[in-house]
Amino acid sequence: MTGANTAINLSVFGVFVLLTLYIVYRASTRNVSASDYYAAGSSFTGTQNGIALSGDFLSAASFLGISGAIAVNGYDGFMYSIGWVVAWLIGLMLISERLRNTGRFTMGDVMAFRMRQRPVRAAAANSTLVISLFYMIAQMAGAGGLMALLLDVHSKIGQAIIIAVVGIVMVLYVLVGGMKGTTWVQIIKAVLLILTVSLLTIFLIGKFGFDFSSMLDRATQRSPLGEAVLSPGVKYGATDLSKIDFISLALALVLGTASLPHVLMRFYTVPNAREARKSVVWATWMMAIFYSCTLVIGFGAMALVGTDKITNAPGGENSAAPLLAFQVGGTVLLGIVCAVAFATILAVVAGLTLTASASFAHDVYANVIKRGEADPRDEVRVARITAVCVGVLAIVGGIAANGQNVAFLVALAFALAASANLPTLLYSLFWKRFNTRGTLWSIYGGLTSCVLLIVFSPAISGSKSSVFPDADFAFFPLSNPGIVSIPLSFLAGFLGTVLGGEKADAAKQAEMEVRGLTGIGSGLR
Amino acid sequence: MTKALPSVSRPATPGFATFDEPHHSLLIDGDGEPDFDAIQTSEDFLALKRRVKRFILPATVVFLAWYVTFVLLSAYAAEFMSTPLFGTVNVGLTMGFLQIVTTVIITMAYSRYSKRKLDPQVDRVRALVETDEELA
Repeated sequence: MTGANTAINLSVFGVFVLLTLYIVYRASTRNVSASDYYAAGSSFTGTQNGIALSGDFLSAASFLGISGAIAVNGYDGFMYSIGWVVAWLIGLMLISERLRNTGRFTMGDVMAFRMRQRPVRAAAANSTLVISLFYMIAQMAGAGGLMALLLDVHSKIGQAIIIAVVGIVMVLYVLVGGMKGTTWVQIIKAVLLILTVSLLTIFLIGKFGFDFSSMLDRATQRSPLGEAVLSPGVKYGATDLSKIDFISLALALVLGTASLPHVLMRFYTVPNAREARKSVVWATWMMAIFYSCTLVIGFGAMALVGTDKITNAPGGENSAAPLLAFQVGGTVLLGIVCAVAFATILAVVAGLTLTASASFAHDVYANVIKRGEADPRDEVRVARITAVCVGVLAIVGGIAANGQNVAFLVALAFALAASANLPTLLYSLFWKRFNTRGTLWSIYGGLTSCVLLIVFSPAISGSKSSVFPDADFAFFPLSNPGIVSIPLSFLAGFLGTVLGGEKADAAKQAEMEVRGLTGIGSGLR
Repeated sequence: MTKALPSVSRPATPGFATFDEPHHSLLIDGDGEPDFDAIQTSEDFLALKRRVKRFILPATVVFLAWYVTFVLLSAYAAEFMSTPLFGTVNVGLTMGFLQIVTTVIITMAYSRYSKRKLDPQVDRVRALVETDEELA
């Protein structure tokens, strides 16, 4: 791409950053109390929050990673789309309303509700921080790839600088805007993203005479794999082991979504359980539309751009959607798509930073260190400082992971969430006997087993696409650990509870169950 | 846990409040806080739990089973999944798209069920503890 294109791209996205920063600034004027900073004063409607929820969730991984995964691996890439849509049913039916009724700001509020506060809150915060950081690193890596394409930066150092700039801008969003500002960024971005993706889809399918079949036909001609891309198995079908890896990924996707801390935290920005439910209904519609579109965009990129060109572009797989945009709409559309993708990254990373900082300030600082007696102003100050630290860590990690497929990296974060959080949340909401020990065992059991299995997996070492391609300590053969660590965490929570520890607090259990279903005692209406 | 006051139970037949009952014969303990133990065992709350379970249990089993079936077929029955259905569109892609469709259907069904069967029952349970001041 030439220098003139770069100028257009830069200005489109510069306008976006300035505009959103302005909106964040405007939204932030009353941003004082802890409730404002963490939960936007619970003042958003279900519809607004539903759109923001899809904005929080539709990350660079979804847009760039999935369309790239489909454009290169065909069917096996589509798996991500399906898992991420189906997963919302768990959030809808099992989690969202109960979470809104029982908690205030963080996931720790719910997990610690009927347990001993300090150890459980510390555990919940640990898991939130690890998961958010992982997820953020994936997003930052995506930002590197995207900007590489947008600005034609090929050198690793250039991309590293870009990643650092992304990190700084998103920390600004969080510091200035808190939850309210961040939510508005999510809403704007979600609307832009869905519009762009839908229009692109309609245009693409129109180009093939509204005949999806003929588009696929063309796609198979442009892929070195031929017709095999339409069938399962391109990426995961080679051996029995890779098939298990595929199942593991599928499990992590469907079980991880509704236990991601930044998704959970969104349910606190609405005033009551009914609005929380409405949020998920809206979000599900947005997801269904979006992920159906990724199918068309992915195969469209394969048909019009060709797999070879995509894999050889700077940014690799992640550049399928931008390349397609350039092919069909020239520099202007490329600029728009890149700006939207960039907005996506910024917004998601801002949401994650906010979640991580809230968890540290609310769970660790206010409840563990200050034993629930922190000055709310101090709490918000601690949250802001944490946001900066988290930003720095994400920048460093993002630079290290630059070049990996972001959808794949994000899938690891999902495995972590599904392992550490989902069993704990489900047990504490639905199992009377569950106690403090069970809670700690399931959080730490899931978290440590998952982290260790990732460290010793081919994702980190031992293969060409690893983070450390030159070292080899990969003795765990699966790149996604979900199939082992998720059941392990369920088991750990069960054993921890039945093998002893203090008995569950029956009065608190009654309160949690009644409150979870009805909202009685929560002060919500 | 022992309570300061014996919990006041709700009149057996709603709508037949008598004068010797205190004005708010509600499931509230001595401190004016909701009596969660009494609510948890109240008929209205148990009915709510049954209604919740009646929907989410089968729905969760069905969608997880349907999803796992799809995943397992993709992994171990690639041949079947590649059978063409419409032109080049094969069984696997169609099933994948149907996963999205069923998700939307279940979501809308749950939303409708909640509005018609759950929310009114939640209101009934909440009425057990709502005092006049809260209603005002």
